[in-house]
Amino acid sequence: MAVLKVENVTVTFDTPDGVIDAVSGVSMTVERGETVAIVGESGSGKSQVMMAAMGLLAINGRAEGSVRFGEDEILNAPARRMNLIRGSRIAMIFQEPMTSLDPLYTIESQLTAPLRAHAGLSRAKARARALELLDLVRIPEPARRLKAYPHELSGGQRQRVMIAMALSNSPDLIIADEPTTALDVTIQAEILALLAELQARLETAILFITHDLGLVKAFADRVYVMRAGRVVEEGPTTRVFEAPRSEYTRMLLDAEPDGAKHPPSDDAPLLLEAKGVRVTFPVGDGFLRRPRRFTAVDGVDVALRRGQTIGVVGESGSGKSTLGRALLRLQPSEGRITYAGRDLSDRTPAEMTQLRRELQLVFQDPYGSLSPRMTVGEIVTEGLLIHEPQTGRRARAVRAAEALEAVGLSAVMRNRFPHEFSGGQRQRIAIARAMVLSPSVVVLDEPTSALDRSVQKQVIRLLRDLQTRLALSYVFISHDLAVIRAVADHVLVMKDGRVVEEGATSAVFNAPQTAYTRDLMRAAFDLSSLLKSDETAAPVREA
Amino acid sequence: MLVYTIRRVVGAIPTILIVVTLAFFMMRIAPGGPFDRGRPMDPTVLANLDATFGFDEPLWRQYLIYLVNLAQGDMGPSFIYRDQRVAEIIGSGLPVSMLLGGLALTLAVLLGPTLGSLAALRQNSISDYAVSSVATFGITIPNFVAAPILSLVFGVMLGWLPAQGWGDWRQLILPIVALSLPFVAIIARLTRGAMIEALRSDHVRTARAYGLPAHTVVLKHALRAAFLPVAGYLGPAAASLLTGSIVIEQVFNLPGIGRHFVQGAINRDYTLVMGTVVVIAVFVVLFNLMVDLLYSVLDPRVRYD
Repeated sequence: MAVLKVENVTVTFDTPDGVIDAVSGVSMTVERGETVAIVGESGSGKSQVMMAAMGLLAINGRAEGSVRFGEDEILNAPARRMNLIRGSRIAMIFQEPMTSLDPLYTIESQLTAPLRAHAGLSRAKARARALELLDLVRIPEPARRLKAYPHELSGGQRQRVMIAMALSNSPDLIIADEPTTALDVTIQAEILALLAELQARLETAILFITHDLGLVKAFADRVYVMRAGRVVEEGPTTRVFEAPRSEYTRMLLDAEPDGAKHPPSDDAPLLLEAKGVRVTFPVGDGFLRRPRRFTAVDGVDVALRRGQTIGVVGESGSGKSTLGRALLRLQPSEGRITYAGRDLSDRTPAEMTQLRRELQLVFQDPYGSLSPRMTVGEIVTEGLLIHEPQTGRRARAVRAAEALEAVGLSAVMRNRFPHEFSGGQRQRIAIARAMVLSPSVVVLDEPTSALDRSVQKQVIRLLRDLQTRLALSYVFISHDLAVIRAVADHVLVMKDGRVVEEGATSAVFNAPQTAYTRDLMRAAFDLSSLLKSDETAAPVREA
Repeated sequence: MLVYTIRRVVGAIPTILIVVTLAFFMMRIAPGGPFDRGRPMDPTVLANLDATFGFDEPLWRQYLIYLVNLAQGDMGPSFIYRDQRVAEIIGSGLPVSMLLGGLALTLAVLLGPTLGSLAALRQNSISDYAVSSVATFGITIPNFVAAPILSLVFGVMLGWLPAQGWGDWRQLILPIVALSLPFVAIIARLTRGAMIEALRSDHVRTARAYGLPAHTVVLKHALRAAFLPVAGYLGPAAASLLTGSIVIEQVFNLPGIGRHFVQGAINRDYTLVMGTVVVIAVFVVLFNLMVDLLYSVLDPRVRYD
């Protein structure tokens, strides 16, 4: 029998610009003990279906249709009735492990709250159960962690706490909304393996909401593909992956970045060279004790030739972004950095300003890195005000139009503001801003990480295209191995501030030398085998 | 935390020194002096007075003498209130101002967050609009308008409460209301904004998704987060409330410290003005420190060591 039956659900939001349809007539079912995935890109309405079902829509949201939990109709049920189900029969795990737990309360307080509210456990009993749960999700030293605050745990540990909370009342269904998106790939693999194992043991149904088809393939029995508020395809995972029926599903399956970058010819000149780059940050202020320093980048060498793309890959905290900023001298560092034969370390600020024209940077967040109060034209040409002050207003407008067209946008867009553009378009604007100065080296710091796969593919194509046309050299920083494999001809693998492996892309990806790189590869490209090996011990599930 | 506290207290000394220095010289730049009133005085009498109070010394020496005395806890004699030391005047006025201010602060801390939360929970409803208009009212109506109106309406016209004076607890009510009104308003508005944001936050969504009762979600998870910005505002608010209100004390005829400040400035009673400046500066520094310490109690992410 179905645990959850969603029938013809519609979700709308009242906004100052009118009513927005987020979900239009979606139906789906989850059977007992089954793993179902909803997959779709941002804005497909995949999260809102479940928020509506759980009565958690934003204040301006309205839902219609029917959602049945077992025999009960729960759509738009009063909060009092929903509170008997939420956290007890249906539990949720959210995307942001950083913000989903209340920063002001201990893990114990938050983990025991649902136990005390639903199972009516005493404080001592709830505490004992919380300890068991932390143990179940394999958090080391659970007794100590109970007393900790969320900010004292890592992202992976916080997500384990969320899973423990979800399991606390042995629910019939867990709704996991992008539970691993904010985590590093190796942590993601651990969390998914844990979920799979616990599910098999506890026979809980899981509804998995994700944008990542790799996860769906490894994890789900059945899949619903959503686009623009509708289900465009549904079926068993293997069938959908082998013989997709909808055009959109085929496009999604094909969205994995492809291609490879050929290394530049051997006589390509060395442009940017760094030797022994070391960046440290002070920890504490050393009022009584000697100030300690945290080493973010520890003796890294980089040699970038004209037309080359060096991929810097690593997990969060590996120092890859700090390295990128240090290479452009946006971050004080030790070591020697030379650009086109000139030592950058003893340049005056004025000389550095001159050089910056040739050394550009594109950031990860296309939302935060464009000023909301400037038009796109002003943003793109702002650098010209410094580097080509003789350029007049009219000439700048022409340059803005050219730059926008070069990145595949229309010239008429230059008078609009950033908020009117999608994430992919904004990243194109950020790229146009770097390219308008005709740089020779561009550091790209996770330029595609905030984008949907299909958009990501277009941005990568654009970057590759610009590189050939303008003979650019890239330092491409990313945590995403699939992206690095497609864009870089040389790879540095970073961990804890050091380069643990380095070499030609094909060599590193086909025959990784270190255990760490092998772990990364496996977590990124071979999730299924990773989950299967953990599942073999578990009892076989019934469909 | 102890190290931090000690360091902050030590760090406050230069701050207070700068305030004292600025106040001292600004006071002297202003034309006139304590004995320049009414009829011109006999030059010999004036010379005698100047010698008694040390005005015949060069200014920089007067400044140093004042600092040395202050460091020993001596704020000097008042120039206007003969036979009274500044310390005595402040000692008699400060408790009155602190009592008034303390009660007004309590009222503001109880009422402000309550009204703000109410408005946030019923966003865009009648109660939200009511709270918002009262808040706007409280912020925009200056207390030299609000205080006389309160005194006139409730004291004189309706006769419910004493219109002014000091001695009976009933005489405290109107001044406290008048004093706390703008603070209630500002805190209510701060709370409303912070509360709306808190109610939208991910961890409040988590609390709701786990079926916790509404009062737990609101009081435990949303309000505590929403109180953080209010706590930040409480430092300067407490300092300004506890050191007396010039207007309120004048309107309700209360023997607080605020009146002395104005009277002292008008009369060029240098030592009295300096004395009140020192007291206010110490309060500001002290309450900002207390709020910073309170912050680390309220928010476990804030650690000072």
